Amino acid sequence: MKIDESKLDSIIKKYNNEQGSLISILQDIQVEYKYLPREAMDHVAKSLQIPRVQVFGVATFFKAFSLKPKGKQQIHVCMGTACHVRGSKMVLEELERKLGIKAGDTTQDNEYTLETVNCVGACALGPVVVKNEEYRGQMTPIKVESLLGTKIAKR
Amino acid sequence: MSKKVEKSRGEMISFMLNGAEVQADPKWSLLEAIQFYGISIPTLCHDEGLTPYGVCRMCVVEVGNGNRTKLVASCMHPVTGGLNVRTHTSRVIKTRKMILELLIARCPSSKKLQDMAAMLELKEVRFDPLNDDCILCGLCVRMCEEQMVAKAIGYAGRGMDRYITTPFDMTSDECRKCGACMFICPVCELRCQGPQAETTLCSGCINTEPVCASIYGEAMCFMVPCLSCIKKPEDVKA
Repeated sequence: MKIDESKLDSIIKKYNNEQGSLISILQDIQVEYKYLPREAMDHVAKSLQIPRVQVFGVATFFKAFSLKPKGKQQIHVCMGTACHVRGSKMVLEELERKLGIKAGDTTQDNEYTLETVNCVGACALGPVVVKNEEYRGQMTPIKVESLLGTKIAKR
Repeated sequence: MSKKVEKSRGEMISFMLNGAEVQADPKWSLLEAIQFYGISIPTLCHDEGLTPYGVCRMCVVEVGNGNRTKLVASCMHPVTGGLNVRTHTSRVIKTRKMILELLIARCPSSKKLQDMAAMLELKEVRFDPLNDDCILCGLCVRMCEEQMVAKAIGYAGRGMDRYITTPFDMTSDECRKCGACMFICPVCELRCQGPQAETTLCSGCINTEPVCASIYGEAMCFMVPCLSCIKKPEDVKA
């Protein structure tokens, strides 16, 4: 993958090349690319003069960072206790069936990324599905089709 | 300890070690002081040339008075005045055995762990063996960083999924293939493939009958002392 180094440099410069700002830098890179490209992490390690393995360790430690490319639309299914009790598992299974991927994966056309989260803090609305930071409460397997739109229904 | 005096360098401070008052350099760790006085306590993730890491917890000692005692990892605990340290109380021994049991359940094939089990007289492992090949002691990571100055390996992941790897799980340019990580690894060396090679715990030669006698007779006994052998070390040498 081609990485725009000047873009990375401006992010790193924003944090004054500080080694302690590694997480903030990675977060900004993730906002830019939706995931952490390996070349970008190499560049960060070189600029901050820290071992590459340290950057890799931090990137794998936090669940907020992703090393795999994400789809354009991100779907998070809440698997918290309240949502689980009200049937979030069925919603997840329906999504997996419709998209043809397992939780944590991205569809081949890079359109959808399906992930599970443990609580989104909207337990009264459960089961909750978050699509592109838009919260959908009281989800059922039937509502999944309208969530995804017509495009995916043809599959 | 109410009279807190700033200690100058090299001035010894005194604390209680197994009931005896001893002196130690304030720069030492508790483990160094204990070893200085010739008390042997098991260690696993500790190495003299590396910074202490305090993860294996094999070096636990009991610190404190009366009912208010606690277990601390001596390799990470500083020597402070007025400490009351006990290295072989029943609580400490019980804890050490439990820790070793968990470690062996993770890596039953390690010679170092099995030897330590024999030393601590561990009789059983009550956990299902994981048959992993790493106990995450961090010796290789510290060796690579501090002694080899390569920083080629480190941790990735978190919690149960934590593992040691090279950057991006790929062959890295930083690694010079010096092999120091394998040299220091406590679980790389496989245990002896003796009569109980498949069990979780071999317990050295303590729990087994002296099986070598029927096969090799009096020749080829290189285990001095064997612990299970009827022969004493001086008999073997002669």
